Amino acid sequence: MQTSVAPNRLADLLAQKTNLLNIYFTAGYPRLTDTVPILESLARAGADVIEIGMPYSDPLADGPTIQQSSQQAIDNGMTLRLLFEQLRGIRARVQTPLILMGYLNPVLQFGIEAFCQAAAEVGVDGLILPDLPLAEYETEYRPVFQRYGLSNIFLITPQTSEARIRRIDALSDSFIYLVSSASTTGAKAGLTTEQLAYFERIRAMQLRTPQLIGFGIADHASFARACAYAHGAIIGSAFIKLLAASQNLPADIERFVRDVKGA
Amino acid sequence: MQYTVDKNGYYGQFGGAYVPEMLFPNVEELETQYLAICQSAEFQAEFAALLRDYVGRPTPLYLARRLSERYRTQVYLKREDLNHTGAHKINNTIGQILLAKRLGKRRIIAETGAGQHGVATATVCALMGLPCVVYMGEVDMARQRPNVERMRMLGAEVRPATSGSRTLKDATNEAIRDWINHPDDTHYIIGSVVGPHPYPDMVARFQSVISQEVRQQLAAQTGRELPDYVLACVGGGSNAAGAFYHFLDEPGVQLIGLEAAGQGVDTGHSAATTVLGRPGILHGSKSLLMQTPDGQVVEPYSISAGLDYPGIGPLHAHLFTSGRALFCPITDEEAMQAGLLCSRLEGIIPAIETAHAFAYLEKLNAQPHETVVICCSGRGDKDLQTYINWLDGQPVGH
Ligand SMILES: Cc1ncc(COP(=O)(O)O)c(C=O)c1O
Repeated sequence: MQTSVAPNRLADLLAQKTNLLNIYFTAGYPRLTDTVPILESLARAGADVIEIGMPYSDPLADGPTIQQSSQQAIDNGMTLRLLFEQLRGIRARVQTPLILMGYLNPVLQFGIEAFCQAAAEVGVDGLILPDLPLAEYETEYRPVFQRYGLSNIFLITPQTSEARIRRIDALSDSFIYLVSSASTTGAKAGLTTEQLAYFERIRAMQLRTPQLIGFGIADHASFARACAYAHGAIIGSAFIKLLAASQNLPADIERFVRDVKGA
Repeated sequence: MQYTVDKNGYYGQFGGAYVPEMLFPNVEELETQYLAICQSAEFQAEFAALLRDYVGRPTPLYLARRLSERYRTQVYLKREDLNHTGAHKINNTIGQILLAKRLGKRRIIAETGAGQHGVATATVCALMGLPCVVYMGEVDMARQRPNVERMRMLGAEVRPATSGSRTLKDATNEAIRDWINHPDDTHYIIGSVVGPHPYPDMVARFQSVISQEVRQQLAAQTGRELPDYVLACVGGGSNAAGAFYHFLDEPGVQLIGLEAAGQGVDTGHSAATTVLGRPGILHGSKSLLMQTPDGQVVEPYSISAGLDYPGIGPLHAHLFTSGRALFCPITDEEAMQAGLLCSRLEGIIPAIETAHAFAYLEKLNAQPHETVVICCSGRGDKDLQTYINWLDGQPVGH
């Protein structure tokens, strides 16, 4: 594939390390000003990749936990503009690869070019936009993402056809998000033998792009199991639940990351 | 100008299939098969037979004499309210259940606002012996109680949508999430010309029987196949799409969609998408959408549950921006007055959704020799409590 993205933190990390822990949290949750402290705590605790959720009113791929955190963040006053303000200067303190995850409509309203520029300026490395269609990505979005050194991360699921997985593999420039089951986020906990067979099938395809497994990863056991099949794993809803219950964010976040990694 | 969908699933700049990967195989399966299935002679025959023998089609085209006198023009009502289950919605659910069977699906889900689409879906599921889950906003369950009970009697499970504004938009979110969690055995019967391609085109085709009959009936009754005006209310826009469909390429026919202004387009309590919306993405398609400057979907308001939706189908966004159709907002007050007037003058109690179309007669100024076709999309039985409260001087909303 003739991709010519300038190597970024994400690609470097994937080339060097496995057993990567990627943690998702919703920007502006539980309180509006928690975005940066949570990010710094995650980096300090040793999260390998941090996925910052851009809250959206109608997150179709998400279950109740992330829906509620998104609604709370919006009610708190979180906007894309404010998020970029909060993230300004973050690269002086945090070197962990950063991904923005969210739905296409707020990005469209911000303006694709303006959004990519703002993301690149604060030091974002990758984007996950689950409702961005592959065909539209290829024709309209890819040149802009590439101009700003932003890697687009695609999802594949147990239902994705082999031909489509090959196409996604060819278009990917950091990692592929392997959705562990047909579900919304937070719907199913743990990994079944059926899911392990699916991971095995993907592994046998010998894709050029590394994969991180997400959905259903919640603790050390499920993290370790996923890492046996992929480059690492992604935790979302379980971490949001921790944030919701926490009285001491920095301490709880450090413990959570340490426990999951089993370090 | 092309008004039907193009090969990429777009109407001009609107449409497409903006769905998360989890839904891609389902949408692709539909996209690659719907035309071949729906155009097969065998499907067409079964569809036509059910519309005739079960739904009761063709529905009458009725010259409403007293309304015509009052407005000094020729007002014809296309009586979709006389369909089995009381609205146009069943034209689409019959079509989709036949499609679902041919796709080998064993479970049906749907969203509903007013409950008419939920009832129409529960009905065809009973007919075909398939399990049915209908998502309905909590607010709508309260204001359309009789339809909730009808769905349950028909054997459907009604699940409340408790997020957001707890109306049609949120019920649609829940139905889509259900589909993500059941990708193999479930077909989602969407209730309007919204959603990812091919839904808008598929639903419009199933509803196009409305304008197909109007053309034939007008020709038989007046000697002229083409009316001067076609009026229809627009929630997502399925009855309007069906009423407009066979007139889209007839520039002499003025197409008019009536949207819910709610308490007024400037009050912050409205669902008038063409006035208040900007291009955006909701429920898998790019269309006009009521949203904040930051791209969050705005919670709409209308007294009528079926019009209480922050978007419109991509076909209508295209008809609006291209100027092919006119769209006009109608307030709760105007709609309720029109519904009461139609009841007294014609002996027809329309659904409150439908009453929005009747209300436009006050503004139209048609000539005495001109013909106005109103799509009488549904009957008002489900709305009796809202009408009664209104007459008692206590408008209900949320
Ligand atoms: C009688 C009736 N008319 C109109 C509508 C609005 O839907 P659409 O715009 O898809 O026709 C509804 C929706 O519930 C309805 O019940």
